[in-house]
Amino acid sequence: MANIRTMSFDAVIVGGGGSGMRAALQLAQSGYKTAVITKVFPTRSHTVSAQGGITCAIASDDPNDQWQWHMYDTIKGSDYIGDQEAIEYMCQTGPEAIFELEHMGLPFSRTEEGRIYQRPFGGQSKDFGNGGQAARTCAAADRTGHALLHTLYQGNLKNETTFLNEWYAVDIVKNADNAVVGVVAINIETGETVYVKSKATVFATGGAGRIYASTTNAHICTGDGVGMALRAGFPVQDIEMWQFHPTGIHGAGTLVTEGCRGEGGYLINKDGERFMERYAPNAKDLAGRDVVARSMVLEILEGRGCGPDGDHVYLKLDHLGEETLNAKLPGILELSRTFAHADPVKEPIPVVPTCHYMMGGIPTNVDGQALTIDKDGNDQVIEGFYACGEAACVSVHGANRLGGNSLLDLVVFGRASGMFIEKQLREGINLKDASEADIEAAMVGLNRINTSEGGEKASVLRAELQTIMQNYFGVFRRGDFMKEGIEKLNALRPRIENVVLEDKSNAFNTARIEALELQNLFATAEATAISAEGRTESRGAHAREDFQERDDENWLCHSVYFPESKTLGKRGVNFTLKTREAFEPKIRTY
Amino acid sequence: MLNVSIYRYNPEVDSEPYMQDFKVDTQGKDVMVLDVLEKLKTEDPTLTFRRSCREGVCGSDGVNISGKNGLACITPLSEAVKGNKLVIRPLPGLPVIRDLVIDMSQFYAQYEKIQPYMINNNPAPAIERLQSPEERAKLDGLYECILCACCSTACPSFWWNPDKFIGPSGLLQAYRFLADSRDTATEERLANLDDPFSVFRCHGIMNCVQVCPKGLNPTKAIGHIRSMLIRSAT
Repeated sequence: MANIRTMSFDAVIVGGGGSGMRAALQLAQSGYKTAVITKVFPTRSHTVSAQGGITCAIASDDPNDQWQWHMYDTIKGSDYIGDQEAIEYMCQTGPEAIFELEHMGLPFSRTEEGRIYQRPFGGQSKDFGNGGQAARTCAAADRTGHALLHTLYQGNLKNETTFLNEWYAVDIVKNADNAVVGVVAINIETGETVYVKSKATVFATGGAGRIYASTTNAHICTGDGVGMALRAGFPVQDIEMWQFHPTGIHGAGTLVTEGCRGEGGYLINKDGERFMERYAPNAKDLAGRDVVARSMVLEILEGRGCGPDGDHVYLKLDHLGEETLNAKLPGILELSRTFAHADPVKEPIPVVPTCHYMMGGIPTNVDGQALTIDKDGNDQVIEGFYACGEAACVSVHGANRLGGNSLLDLVVFGRASGMFIEKQLREGINLKDASEADIEAAMVGLNRINTSEGGEKASVLRAELQTIMQNYFGVFRRGDFMKEGIEKLNALRPRIENVVLEDKSNAFNTARIEALELQNLFATAEATAISAEGRTESRGAHAREDFQERDDENWLCHSVYFPESKTLGKRGVNFTLKTREAFEPKIRTY
Repeated sequence: MLNVSIYRYNPEVDSEPYMQDFKVDTQGKDVMVLDVLEKLKTEDPTLTFRRSCREGVCGSDGVNISGKNGLACITPLSEAVKGNKLVIRPLPGLPVIRDLVIDMSQFYAQYEKIQPYMINNNPAPAIERLQSPEERAKLDGLYECILCACCSTACPSFWWNPDKFIGPSGLLQAYRFLADSRDTATEERLANLDDPFSVFRCHGIMNCVQVCPKGLNPTKAIGHIRSMLIRSAT
């Protein structure tokens, strides 16, 4: 059965977005035989949609800015379950990684001095929260993700990285030692199935916002890496932590950058009141995203929402003036005119909190090595397996990510993973070859779909899944509700496993890909649901009506979801900084 | 009910392409062309097209909509429907793989030919290379290209010589690097473009400008490259 072709590489990166291409660049520069498997042409990856910028203390806006202040903000923003060692590494290494991108050609916006333009973003402060609002987010207008992704693709072209474009990774291949030795992948154009063998397999597969009905995420954000890891029996961490971005366009779900509020825009309710002044007297509209999103939902629930159904609020920008909007937020003008039929130069944009980012993911250390937890609760490295970017949980975002930190995360840890793998390859990696049976094991799911009969269509099942997640696991959560949601997921599971692929043809069969993606969406959703129900406290983005307080005694820790038993464990948060003493948890106010 | 006619071709089943007619109930809403395609795909999963961001920034869903190239996700029916009919075909001029999915290899090959990356062999400073806002402003209208291929596949010169003429998209990117104050390879870049085909097959008919979903102007960029080539020759 496993009579398929094998392709061999030193390193294989699954995912051609920001983190994947940054890792690939590092490895290609080192001369190792590197391939990127990406289900879309690399510049179509979701990093392209990032708008406002990449947060980093490069001391352009404020020559006295310090990366330690960025570290403090990030730890506070994470509601103290971000790993401090990883946050320290990201904030300290960040400037170097940003300057590399600039040297590679990234067209950042500029200050009069010719330096990189930085704008204020939510949750940013000077002097460890004591010095007022900082402006630390490096921007290329409001198209920073586009500029970054294209620059990385260009860098990879220059360094002759091998791209397997429009290939789809199906499942992980493990050897007799439970180490990862590559993936089974499909060439979408021809339908050929191949064993892509590798000494190092990096998952840079991005997020899974499509588990929700309303999301800023692209159609392709289907949790493929998380799904594959779970099917291989590996755990995921803090997967209950989903960020709802305050400003998705009402109805369409498309993102409106936090940079709008950074540039001076603000939210108003139906009475025209700038309501964030009540919820966050100091930071106002630039409080943490979790805080702003909850405030918006409360306004709506208390009858102060806008529109005929009172189901959204407004983002006001017109007072900034046409010139500023054209220079700083040109992409937002386009998006709002297209999707909200509102011209921000003249009228406010209808917005609503919308699923945006997966803080959880595959647990890793700062070198990108994927981890599992042994029976005694100790971290164990999974040989051959690495993750970075949104698919990973390193964890720099904890329970709530700060705006502008996702691009920094993917660049810094894509780079770190690449550097570490390069070192390991130089020292020599010896993993046992996969047996025929090992490869066949990674083809079970694909074979089931290829021989499916009589089930329901993927599109119908996907819509049901998204509705369940939207209704039961949204901005506010409640135990009894979530239990009901889990029951509904249990009922849905056999139907999704039995999904039918009527069209068995080979050439560019996107129906096959969607049926496979559906399995990953479900796996991610189920892990989210069980973890959310299990974390009996409110922290960061995880807000429970039945447990409204943060519970540091029991939950100042990561949740770890084990797929085989479908149970939740705990893992300690790292509080060890190299450069100073750790930041102790405080009550989080803005 | 909206009448929708879509180009269909599955190489494993069809001996030749054909147009298939559908009726779609849009409930009178001015949705995007991509919404119509998605709705049809729930009914007929064999219908094949590319899509990703659904907001006009990834460039996946360039198709020919009622005769004009554009992105399905940001083209509303009000712009696309003529006489209650919507006609969707693949972008013209490149080989069709299946339905609305084209083989973009030639398009990408032309992009790669222009060395689409920063070249500056001077030692990099410890911080960023400085660039004034005025120098940076020269990249506006250039760096925003999303490689959707709407322009190049609307260009008769590219249809005729897809292997030798760089095409509007590639040339826009060629100029993006020529215009960048940080790039030092101007002479090398111009030398690579200095032949009868790469640039000079452009006859300035401006189809590219008319269809660009990002409002960019490749013809203008090509004009700048021509001037630079002529100047460097004298």
